[in-house]
Amino acid sequence: MESTATDSEAIAFRAEKLTKTYGSGEATVHALRGVDLEVPSGEMVVLLGPSGSGKSTLLNILGGLDSPTSGRVFFGRRELTAFDDRHLTLFRREHVGFVFQFYNLIPSLTARENVALVTEISKNPMRPEEALRLVGLEQRMEHFPAQLSGGEQQRVAIARAIAKQPNVLFCDEPTGALDSKTGIVVLEAIARANRELDTTTMIITHNAGIADMADRVLYMADGRIQRSERHPEPCAPDQLSW
Amino acid sequence: MLIELLKPLNRKLVRDLWAIKGQGLAIAIVIGCGVGMYLMSRGMLLSLSETRAAYYERYRFADVVAPVKRAPNALLDEITALPGVRRAETRIRAGVILDVEGSSAPITGEIQSLPEVPTPHINDIVLRRGRYVDPQHEEEVLALDAFAEAHGLGPGDHLHAILNGTRKRLTITGIVLSPEYIYAISPGEIVPDKKRFGVLWMNREALANAFDLDGAFNEAVLLTSAGSNEDALIDQLDTLLKRYGATGAYGRDQQISDQFLTNEIDQLETIGRILPPIFLLVATFLLNVVVGRLIDTEREQIGLLKAFGYTDRDVAIHYLKMIGVIVLLGILVGIVLGTWLGRGLANMYQDFFKFPFLLFRAPLQVYLVAVGVSLLVAVAGTFSSVRRVMQLEPAVAMVPPPPPDYSRSARWIERLSAWIDQPTRMILRHIYRWPRRAAMAVLGIGMSMGLLIGASFSMDAMMYMVDISFNVIDRQDVTVNFFDPRNDRAIYDVMHAPGVITAEPFRAIPVVLRNGPRMRRESIVGILPDAQLSRVVDTELKPVEVPPAGIVLSDKLAELLQIGPGELLRVEVRTGRRPELDVPVSGVVKTYMGTAAYMDLAHLNRLLGEDTSINGTYLLVDPLQTDALYRELKNTPLVAGVSLQEQAQNAFYETLQDSLGTFVFFNTLFAGLIAVGVVYNNARISLSERGRELASLRVLGLTRGEISYILLGELGLLTIIALPLGALLGYLLAATLVMSFDTELFRIPLVIGPSTYGYAALVVLLAALGSGLLVRRRIDRLDLIAVLKTRE
Ligand SMILES: Nc1ncnc2c1ncn2[C@@H]1O[C@H](COP(=O)(O)OP(=O)(O)O)[C@@H](O)[C@H]1O
Ligand SMILES: [Mg+2]
Repeated sequence: MESTATDSEAIAFRAEKLTKTYGSGEATVHALRGVDLEVPSGEMVVLLGPSGSGKSTLLNILGGLDSPTSGRVFFGRRELTAFDDRHLTLFRREHVGFVFQFYNLIPSLTARENVALVTEISKNPMRPEEALRLVGLEQRMEHFPAQLSGGEQQRVAIARAIAKQPNVLFCDEPTGALDSKTGIVVLEAIARANRELDTTTMIITHNAGIADMADRVLYMADGRIQRSERHPEPCAPDQLSW
Repeated sequence: MLIELLKPLNRKLVRDLWAIKGQGLAIAIVIGCGVGMYLMSRGMLLSLSETRAAYYERYRFADVVAPVKRAPNALLDEITALPGVRRAETRIRAGVILDVEGSSAPITGEIQSLPEVPTPHINDIVLRRGRYVDPQHEEEVLALDAFAEAHGLGPGDHLHAILNGTRKRLTITGIVLSPEYIYAISPGEIVPDKKRFGVLWMNREALANAFDLDGAFNEAVLLTSAGSNEDALIDQLDTLLKRYGATGAYGRDQQISDQFLTNEIDQLETIGRILPPIFLLVATFLLNVVVGRLIDTEREQIGLLKAFGYTDRDVAIHYLKMIGVIVLLGILVGIVLGTWLGRGLANMYQDFFKFPFLLFRAPLQVYLVAVGVSLLVAVAGTFSSVRRVMQLEPAVAMVPPPPPDYSRSARWIERLSAWIDQPTRMILRHIYRWPRRAAMAVLGIGMSMGLLIGASFSMDAMMYMVDISFNVIDRQDVTVNFFDPRNDRAIYDVMHAPGVITAEPFRAIPVVLRNGPRMRRESIVGILPDAQLSRVVDTELKPVEVPPAGIVLSDKLAELLQIGPGELLRVEVRTGRRPELDVPVSGVVKTYMGTAAYMDLAHLNRLLGEDTSINGTYLLVDPLQTDALYRELKNTPLVAGVSLQEQAQNAFYETLQDSLGTFVFFNTLFAGLIAVGVVYNNARISLSERGRELASLRVLGLTRGEISYILLGELGLLTIIALPLGALLGYLLAATLVMSFDTELFRIPLVIGPSTYGYAALVVLLAALGSGLLVRRRIDRLDLIAVLKTRE
């Protein structure tokens, strides 16, 4: 699975006829109603769509946190949907970085230790200090989460996600809990990782303004991808209109 | 669904309770153990003392017994005329050696006279099977139930008895119980041995013939009238009966069966006083921890409820209901458990204490106390948490709490940081961040281990006590008692019996010992100064020689008389010429059983103004020839009683296994439950507090094993820290128990074997492991996505 920066035509992800239903009988919820998707390596994808349209469900399945009701997911040539829990854990450990809306930092570890937590268990990590520098937090490395602002905590989360040099970075509403100014700093950190590390990146948002920084925008509604739009010239995060 | 009918807040209650069912149950069980233990011990105590009172009342158990050597029957009128006497009877009671088919060892027993009317008025007997004896038939006897049962004897069966040196064949016509022999034990022993102690009742005339007591008696039994002065009566009896060889009248407090029964009741009292409070303390503490932390995690919900308009009271009542359900469940568990244990204990007691009836019935007020105390426990455990709920401002509660601040971490942890991995660092910082919680967990686990040690050490201590008593102090194999004092040449008669290796003489005389107002009826045993078989040992358990003059007291007797070495003790001899002497206390020695007093045999005889005379010998025998020896002893006329050390020791071990073993087993169970309760609760709460953190780690790619380490490693660490504390608490509990079990009958040394510490630690570790595994299963099922969706 050596998908590298030079191999830009390689496919990072492929999903075939993904469906996901919750519950049964009258209470059945169709979160995904058949999603087909290919994400080339190194691409930055933004997923847009109203709340409840199935964005998080799709992202969680692609990231190996959840499994679909039917359909298949390939990571490169390997079929994720055939993995057991142990292999999914290993897959996440080696290839995937996650950033969530609520940061999910470990309160009992400093910023640097939160990053080191991940670099300790990955094969080809950068140094935690370097990852924190990438998100502009080299001054706050020894601080505990309680001593950081929301935006800073989220940047630590990004540093933690990219420190292992993941093949893919999944961000579920990374700016959801932040004001626009802080949000832009966070998005810059993500864009930089995508640019400098050539990480395939998938960002969920319901803020259409953010979409302008993507190579491709997928519009989801009602458990399906309704529309896909390419940006030949994505703009930098600091030019986004919020 | 039923739940639909409830108001929303009550639905939340039901669902919340369901969510913490494991923890709730653990607390309920700990409360239940305390309540159950209390019900059992308190209920049994009351059942036992009420049954005893009823039995004594109905069968007119004597208030005072006055043994004499021989007194004319006509004296009864004078005895009855003494002030304070409600009724008096005379009887003949003597020691016998019994010979039952199938038992080669001689059996020590007692035989009592029956009046012409079928049964005595005082110390009446309960006919269980068969019929009373026919006055026309000299050979007919009644036999004590326990003894007959142990030998498979029933009405119509025969046995032999050596009555005053004459062997007689007797026929059992009936099986009886007697209030005098509820605890049927032969004098000088500490556990009953049904096989080796028999009691028979026989026609008075036949018995009088056998013991040359025609027209005479050797014991008067009395009922006193209400409000009479028993001590004064005893003094008057002693004066009246002095001429007839009175050894000293005594009240119920010196009656051996009643003494043991009282001792048992006292022990139940102690257990009921010490153990249930410990359980309830642990329950208080668990409730405090669980409810406190539960309310912390529900901060936002509480704020929300208040914001919507629920009053402080509504919200507090909501949590009180939750606590109430857990406590009520605990009380219920306790009542069921206590009643069940009580019944079991009553059955066990029926084996030791022969009552015509013994029912476990705890009176209502015992239940009420148990319920009341449990409710108090609930209030004490949850007061501060519920008050916090009331005081919480909705606006404050709804602002999500900032991440817990770990920045004030201990410097030593940071210095260690370079050496330890992240997860371990997380564990240490977490403990340091919440030191009170960690301390509470350590204390809780420590208490459960302490309880285990306190419950099971008594086995070690008893074993030690028996070992010292039988192998260091009394090393003889056989003790032979003679009917009357004999010239010391009598020892040669016994020496020639087959299998006897050595024999050492002794003389035991009844005395009254006085030191100022303190008075004790005892025997003084005269032994050889350099005795090798039955020895006296000092407090370091080194054998000491009995000094040529003065009296040596056992430590307990010295304590009871409040006298020390060098002081003068008044000795009133109650046999022979009945001299009254002042004898210096020449030493105090260690004993675990009884309240012995020793003197140099020659010195004792000199004080009595008699030639060397003895009334028994200690024997060391060849184990291969015991059968021949026993046969000889059964047929030696001067032998009045024989006690066999090995069988006494075995009986003791058996009793220990049966009674104490059961007790230890239940305590272990309870203490184990507490350990599980504490550890499991801690793990569960940690999991609910840190579930989010752990799920995040899983998302980052840590394995289940790795995140389990973070949670369970902390518990493991706390458990290990708790072990030394538990050992200390156990030692303290054992010391308390030892102090309260210190009685005239026996003392338990404070001996805790390493295996007891090890065993307690093992149970705690296993409990921790079990809880860990239970929680580990939950960690494995952690819902990653759900955790990431919500804020807290
Ligand atoms: N655990 C679950 N149980 C039932 N329904 C769920 C669950 N998780 C998500 N859903 C439903 O699936 C649909 C898609 O949810 P999601 O992917 O979270 O949407 P979003 O696009 O807002 O991220 C929604 O209708 C949601 O209610
Ligand atoms: Mg979502």
